[in-house]
Amino acid sequence: MVLRMPKDEVISIIHGSGGAVMEEFIQKNIIRYFTLRRVLNGIGLDAFDDGASMKIDGHEIVVTTDAHTVDPIFFPGGDIGSLAISGTINDVAVMGAKPIAILDTIVVEEGFKVSDLQQILNSMNKVAEEVGVAIIAGDFKVMPQGKLDKIVISTTGIGILQTKNPILDSGAKPGDKVIVTGTIGEHGIALLSAREGLEFETKIVSDVAPIWDVVEAALKIGGIHAMKDPTRGGMVQAIYEIAEKSSVGIWLDEEKIPIKNAVVAACEMLGIDPLELICEGRAIIVTDANTAEDVLNAIRRTKHGKDAAIIGEVRKEHPGKVFLRTEIGSTRFLEKPLGEPLPRIC
Amino acid sequence: MEILKKFRDREIAARIVEEIRKIAPKDKIIKIMHVCGTHENTIARYALRNLLPETIDLIAGPGCPVCICPAKDIDEVIYLSKQKDIIVATYGDMVKTPATETSLWEARASGANVVIVYSAHDSIKLAEKYPTKKIIFFSVGFETTAPGVASEIVDGLPENFYVYSSHRLIPPAMDALLSSGKIMIDGIIAPGHVSTIIGVKPYEIFPKKYKLPVVIAGFEPIDILFAIVMILKQLKENEPKVENEYSRAVTYEGNKKAQKILYEAFETIDAAWRGLGVIPKSGLELRKEFDDHNARKNFEIKLEKPSLDIAPGCSCNKVILGQIKPPECPMFGKACTPQRPYGPCMVSQEGTCRIWYKYRGVTIKP
Amino acid sequence: MCLGIPGKIVKIKGKIAIVDFGGVEREAIIALLDDVKVGDYVIVHAGYAIEKLRPEEAEETLKLLREISAYFSEG
Repeated sequence: MVLRMPKDEVISIIHGSGGAVMEEFIQKNIIRYFTLRRVLNGIGLDAFDDGASMKIDGHEIVVTTDAHTVDPIFFPGGDIGSLAISGTINDVAVMGAKPIAILDTIVVEEGFKVSDLQQILNSMNKVAEEVGVAIIAGDFKVMPQGKLDKIVISTTGIGILQTKNPILDSGAKPGDKVIVTGTIGEHGIALLSAREGLEFETKIVSDVAPIWDVVEAALKIGGIHAMKDPTRGGMVQAIYEIAEKSSVGIWLDEEKIPIKNAVVAACEMLGIDPLELICEGRAIIVTDANTAEDVLNAIRRTKHGKDAAIIGEVRKEHPGKVFLRTEIGSTRFLEKPLGEPLPRIC
Repeated sequence: MEILKKFRDREIAARIVEEIRKIAPKDKIIKIMHVCGTHENTIARYALRNLLPETIDLIAGPGCPVCICPAKDIDEVIYLSKQKDIIVATYGDMVKTPATETSLWEARASGANVVIVYSAHDSIKLAEKYPTKKIIFFSVGFETTAPGVASEIVDGLPENFYVYSSHRLIPPAMDALLSSGKIMIDGIIAPGHVSTIIGVKPYEIFPKKYKLPVVIAGFEPIDILFAIVMILKQLKENEPKVENEYSRAVTYEGNKKAQKILYEAFETIDAAWRGLGVIPKSGLELRKEFDDHNARKNFEIKLEKPSLDIAPGCSCNKVILGQIKPPECPMFGKACTPQRPYGPCMVSQEGTCRIWYKYRGVTIKP
Repeated sequence: MCLGIPGKIVKIKGKIAIVDFGGVEREAIIALLDDVKVGDYVIVHAGYAIEKLRPEEAEETLKLLREISAYFSEG
């Protein structure tokens, strides 16, 4: 939140929170500094999508980059390592590309325990192995004590497009169905429970997982028009980006959204909307109405897609807006989140 | 509690809405005011206004303790947060509320020590964790929140812990606003959780003095819809009284133990409400015996300029009285948005403008 | 600010109770209530239990709802 925009404003934590404020900041203050924003007829910076692409010799290579600043670095269900690799695999996957390689940069603070680093590296490897992704290069730096908060990992993911064109946020069409590949909000709640100051107990663990298997199953059926993974800003942010870029309206039904009881309870207790909570092992998949049921069944047979559900549909009216039919039968306009309510969640 | 699920049931809701449509007048507007941010939260979350007929105007009154906290109080706490060895602890919404020039959030970005807590008890843990620092708990809230803080005060606070009290009381404020003619309404939905503490009695003045029906309502969507039916029924029968829809949590006497503890720690004072001026006996201040822990009595506060509750062009003071609806404010959605809030009502989750922003431009009837 | 929500007391340690909100447990201070036992339902607001919740009253409210419905259907 900023009250005014003086020339020498400082960057506030909400500028990195993944919502409307960050979007605006990046558009106004970062993208315009780069003049060459696209290469080899691929998807470039202006698409503001999960990644970019390049066309080389009949193939389209998808690349994505990300930085991971999650706090705490070890949380119920995962750590910064599993998060880094899963997140990158998922960003590549939701563009319709098979992830094949990752490069990583690890920056640690002086004094960081070697055993902690080893645990993180093991986590990274475990996820990469699960999907068959090679970690092909990396960089390692140490900063003096006090100059960095423990560790930051940056990753670059590379994949080979499996569809004719990259699956962008802008492909949704009226009549399409909206699928979520599993229960929502667990990463957000798991992180909150591990943070100081909130002190609540729950068995909820992060849903962090690489979901290439889910995406691959969906792509094999076909009719996939748009895909996105709901990270910062949660489901609402992801669905909004699809609605806006595709110029369509999206209607969701609260009763159909899969969510664990404990997540509902935690959200009520903390005054958070579960739809704005981050997930790290889920995707929103928008499919043609004709293939929706088949896509759903295919996803449900995969390891990370068991609780998938059709949660809404795409309509022509009110383009760029998202609506929710509530539990009691009324319909309301869903606001675009300002930003992730919690800092350093991914 | 399983039975609470019934209070969100689609069919039961549809039936009550049918009743409301049957008995709501067709030729005039009935203004029903609630004074609780949590009620507005339920109304927003379940889009209740989308279900009501056009002749029922459900108004959010001054029920947001963050919105009515005077800018001067926030200015003073911001000043304190910038001082050496002081940590200010308070609730999330409070941190983001703009005061005269800035907010605690912005002060934090520039280096001030501000911590967000979920309860007074959590802020006391800070005092134990940082024995060389002075912890100031910026204590806001109505009668629901104050007793908890009071219990800590009465139990004994750590030496380095202070309370800056900006608590306010609902019934005295409603009484003053109604008698001044600043609020013109046909019925009141009374705040459910304030009522668990104060009981039913304090509301009896409203049917007596103003002939206003009052219904104390719970926080499920069906509680509020039911309360509306009860108010309409009272208006139809022309027999205004206080009814308790939230009987599963509210008793006639209220929580006597909480009341006792509350007034052991605090006393009632005349207090300013942001944008509304001073309302007699509507605030709480620590009693003299707790001076050692009263932030106002232990720190020198030097504000550089006079505080300003309502910035030029802002209409929050009219919005919280239900005199205008948020879209009638010229800044709403343009110069004032949740990303760039100009006034307090656009910041808090319980702020009327913030909630209306969620509906802007598009209303979908079922 | 924290909303007031109902939960069930699963453990009591002096003036602190562990409250289960349906899969999530958190501490709440019960200093504002007398005669609180494990198994009671309470409303917790900003870390403090402010009142007990009475399920039999909830039943009553639902009963009244049905009566009001009937009142209007007839009149």
